[in-house]
Amino acid sequence: MTAALWRYTPLFLIAAAWEGAIRAGLMDSSLLPPFSEVMAALGRLVVDPELYRHAAASLMREVAGFGLAVIVGIALGIVMAWYVPVRILVNPLVRCIYPMPKSALIPVMIMWLGLGHLAKIGLIFLGCLLPVIVSAFNAARGVDTVLIWSAQAAGATRRQILTEIVLPASLPEILAGVRTSLALSFVLLVSSEFLMAREGLGYMIAFLGEGGVYDAMFAAVLLVTGIGFAADRAYLAVARRLLVWRE
Amino acid sequence: MADASAAGAGGIRIANVGHTYRPPRGRPVTALEEVSLEVAENEFLALLGPSGCGKSTLLYLIGGFLPIESGGISVGGTPVAAPGPDRGVVFQHFALFPWKTVRENVLYGLEKQRLPKAEREARAAAFIEMVHLDGFEDSYPSQLSGGMKQRVAIARTLAMDPGTLLMDEPFGALDAQTRSLMHEELLAILKRTAKTVVFVTHDVQEAVLLADRVAVMTARPGRIKTVVDVADVGGAADAIRDPRFVEKVDFLWGQVRDEALAAQKGGAG
Repeated sequence: MTAALWRYTPLFLIAAAWEGAIRAGLMDSSLLPPFSEVMAALGRLVVDPELYRHAAASLMREVAGFGLAVIVGIALGIVMAWYVPVRILVNPLVRCIYPMPKSALIPVMIMWLGLGHLAKIGLIFLGCLLPVIVSAFNAARGVDTVLIWSAQAAGATRRQILTEIVLPASLPEILAGVRTSLALSFVLLVSSEFLMAREGLGYMIAFLGEGGVYDAMFAAVLLVTGIGFAADRAYLAVARRLLVWRE
Repeated sequence: MADASAAGAGGIRIANVGHTYRPPRGRPVTALEEVSLEVAENEFLALLGPSGCGKSTLLYLIGGFLPIESGGISVGGTPVAAPGPDRGVVFQHFALFPWKTVRENVLYGLEKQRLPKAEREARAAAFIEMVHLDGFEDSYPSQLSGGMKQRVAIARTLAMDPGTLLMDEPFGALDAQTRSLMHEELLAILKRTAKTVVFVTHDVQEAVLLADRVAVMTARPGRIKTVVDVADVGGAADAIRDPRFVEKVDFLWGQVRDEALAAQKGGAG
């Protein structure tokens, strides 16, 4: 516990510097409210039922878009590595879409899927899909041939080799790709809610900012940051459990 | 089967087998050329040759892992077309499933063979005990030493009770002491459950110690240069001081050295 506190010392220092800079008049408090006021606003925010309405909408979009991307991405990446026709068909698409800034798709998503949940889910799905596909594809191609031979000699079928050998052997690399996607999913969630939403945490930040309620806006930003951090920590804990077999 | 007699019912027949690797870039490499060889049922044959002579390729062809391009291979009278549980393989680098425990590794093949659960468990336990790894059933391969990993690989393969055992330099990655212990264990295991064995190695002494016959392969493209009967020597750790053992080792050394030199010349030229 004390070790954990020490690890986050730099954060406390930043909070202290933030508060101090404004108190000392080094920074304009209309641009950046003091840390203490932001924390007070955060206190008010977490007891406001409005927050939970926005959070629920965001959570739903995040889970649907990210979850779908992980499942489809892993399946597609492995199948691409294993079946040449699929690779020939899908690989050029992946290479083209991979470097594209996914936020550029926001207007397209609005046009196609409207202003509701679907457009955000679609955006998160597309954005997160590619890193997962690429990591699953590379991992599956790199699986040691003798592992596959061992399974064949034991009498495993082609499908069993995919699910019982290629998937677990690829897992360490896939999990790294999924982590990248997790961080990306929050970026896409919040930025899509800025631009096209009537609810959600991103919408709430934009709304508070436009209304000039800066202490609450910063509180909401801190909250989203905290949620992202917690999600990443939780993900790492799950990944560590899945990979206990490694040293 | 008209000429099953030559190799015995459970033996291996290799007739005029060739193999060429065709890398996507670069020139094709002929690994094997016109290889013919017979291994009798329950015979232990060592394949000896300089590195790169195609001895592992021949083993993979018998295993059914590589397509047979020319000639034919049959095991127990059946032509080889794909890998199968009748041919157990032990690979040089163990090829254990790192995400499975020792017990799960040994169980994997038994599950694929759809054995009843009670029998699977009993068999796995028996073979883990046989290679002296009881107490390590729930360890992952990453927690084991090289010698222990190879014992798991051997237990996993033997638990399937294959008629044929294909071993690709199985002890090559182990230190001398562990290797010597593994030799004794392997011979003891084979005494209990007879199998047809093809054992790839570049260690002459290991070949003479373990095998009934030793086939020496030429430098690339690999052919069978000579086959030497060594059944009367070896078989025990103290055999290495037997003058007849030393004589066979010296003779085979000469054969292999000529090929190693030829391989070097070929590589330089």
